[in-house]
Amino acid sequence: MNSRIRAIVPAAGLVLLAAVPLAAALLDQPFYLDLVRRIMIFAIAALSLNLILGYGGMISFGHAAYLGVGAYAVGVLAHYGINDGYLQWALAIGASALVALAIGAISIRTSGVYFIMITLAFTQMLYYLGISIEEYGGDDGMRLQVKSQFPGLIDLNDANAFYYLVLAILVLALFLGQRLVDSRFGMVIRAAKSNEVRTRSIGFSPYPYRLAAFVIAGAVCGLAGALLVNHTAYLTPEFMNWTRSGELMFMVILGGMESIAGPVLGAFALLLLEDALSGWTQHWQLVLGPLLVLSVLFLKRGLAGLVFAKNE
Amino acid sequence: MNLFLVLEQALNGLQLGVMLFLMAAGLTLVFGIMNLVNLAHGSFYMVGAYLATYFYQATGSYLLGVSLGLAGTLAVGVAVELVALRTLYERPHLDQVLATFGLILFFNELAAILWGRAAIYTTLPDYLAGHVELFAGLRYPLYRLVIIAVGLAVAGLLWFVVARTRLGMLIRAGASNRAMVAALGVNVRLLYTLVFGFGAALAGLAGLMSGPIHVVQPGMGELILIEVFVVIVIGGIGSIRGALAGALIVGMADTLGRAFVRPMLATVLSRTAADTAGPALASMLIYLLMAIVLALKPQGLFPARA
Repeated sequence: MNSRIRAIVPAAGLVLLAAVPLAAALLDQPFYLDLVRRIMIFAIAALSLNLILGYGGMISFGHAAYLGVGAYAVGVLAHYGINDGYLQWALAIGASALVALAIGAISIRTSGVYFIMITLAFTQMLYYLGISIEEYGGDDGMRLQVKSQFPGLIDLNDANAFYYLVLAILVLALFLGQRLVDSRFGMVIRAAKSNEVRTRSIGFSPYPYRLAAFVIAGAVCGLAGALLVNHTAYLTPEFMNWTRSGELMFMVILGGMESIAGPVLGAFALLLLEDALSGWTQHWQLVLGPLLVLSVLFLKRGLAGLVFAKNE
Repeated sequence: MNLFLVLEQALNGLQLGVMLFLMAAGLTLVFGIMNLVNLAHGSFYMVGAYLATYFYQATGSYLLGVSLGLAGTLAVGVAVELVALRTLYERPHLDQVLATFGLILFFNELAAILWGRAAIYTTLPDYLAGHVELFAGLRYPLYRLVIIAVGLAVAGLLWFVVARTRLGMLIRAGASNRAMVAALGVNVRLLYTLVFGFGAALAGLAGLMSGPIHVVQPGMGELILIEVFVVIVIGGIGSIRGALAGALIVGMADTLGRAFVRPMLATVLSRTAADTAGPALASMLIYLLMAIVLALKPQGLFPARA
């Protein structure tokens, strides 16, 4: 029974997501297309965070940094008139991997609460860097005049095409993420989380594995950043705001850290809740805050834990 | 470079350092003793600033406003500990981070509802406004000197309480072995509530003193909170001595960096290059400093004994 649910739920989710553009067109509500596309982009970011947070046990409170680096990579190239999508997205992935390498190399030497504060502080540093560079709009950020160009392949101005591209990347990320955590590499990461001493004693030094996972997570999140800037058509340092990092963490925890799809569930739950609450009152954070506290206190295995019974 | 300017900026750095220390002391005590990561510590900074401003305007007396603001922040801190945080002590750091993040959203929005989102500017009473002539040619705002004096006095008092009194002995004992202290008949829960409340009050003190220098607005606590994280990471988490050293280092580096990095770069680089790189480098300085300290000493400058 349980295994059947495990197969049915993702398939049903995929069908639902694939049907959104059709439903939005039938209802004449393009807003929903926009909303779900945005949620899926954040789901990719949350999923990448879960690779290090859920599977690696590395509590990174600075994951929004890579969202920002990815967005700025696209924005800065566009600022100089380079609209080639392949180049832009390659730079987004490469630059965020590089930043993750630098931040990870220092932070992973520490652990526990140091790690939390250091990742947060470095992201704040990038945030201030974004604010202080006047050339790229400083505080206000800049508009993305032309979306990333993929001539002959896809036109991102076509809302449906862009939607399906994001969906395809999300599915691909889910698939590759699952392969990664099931691989030998993923097993070392998970082993280092559950018992570092034993992992060392059977001959694995966790540091390089953790750093590699940190860089992969950063690179995937950088791609999400490139998608996000194309989605919003502008970028600001706010992409890297520390509350954004907190939200990403919440998506992971809310959805559940024990499965690769959990953060996707969390992204949908959190952002739909935000959307519903903000339509209801402008002081929605007054409600959201305590809800988050309660979900931490009482929903220990996340939403995925409600859907799937524990299999051990 | 003008010597007076350097001296003035050094005093500003000392003043910022003292503020950071007031925040860091509470945060590091709560972590060292209760093993709790409290992101909502910045909210107490904000609560202190709002309450003191409110009571000052309501009563017309600055000292009364400050006293009521402090008492109010203490009460809010105790209430938060009793209602939300008490259950979190035994939980993983991840849960603590997320739950206190939820509290931040709540407090910021509550402040926005009660006092509006716009920044509030507060004034000083006449006896604290004005300048003092430190040397011939160097006039320095009296209020900032008062902040420095209050901060250093609190640091001294804190040292005295922790190192020389019975309460301090209990606090240190509670940090090293909670179960043993409880077995000796000490009410550890009450002790924790007290420590948390006073930590909150110290943050409130920093917030209400910062009010007339900066502005009072929702979210003001988080900007300083992240700098305070840098302070306690540099100093060593859980150590008050480390918090003091880290606070002074960060306060000085940040203030002097903002004042002098650009002119110093301008002597080596072209003016436009210095104008671009100067502010960027100055705003990143304390984080780079943190990276260097961590590369050399991953546990900070004054690691607390485990």
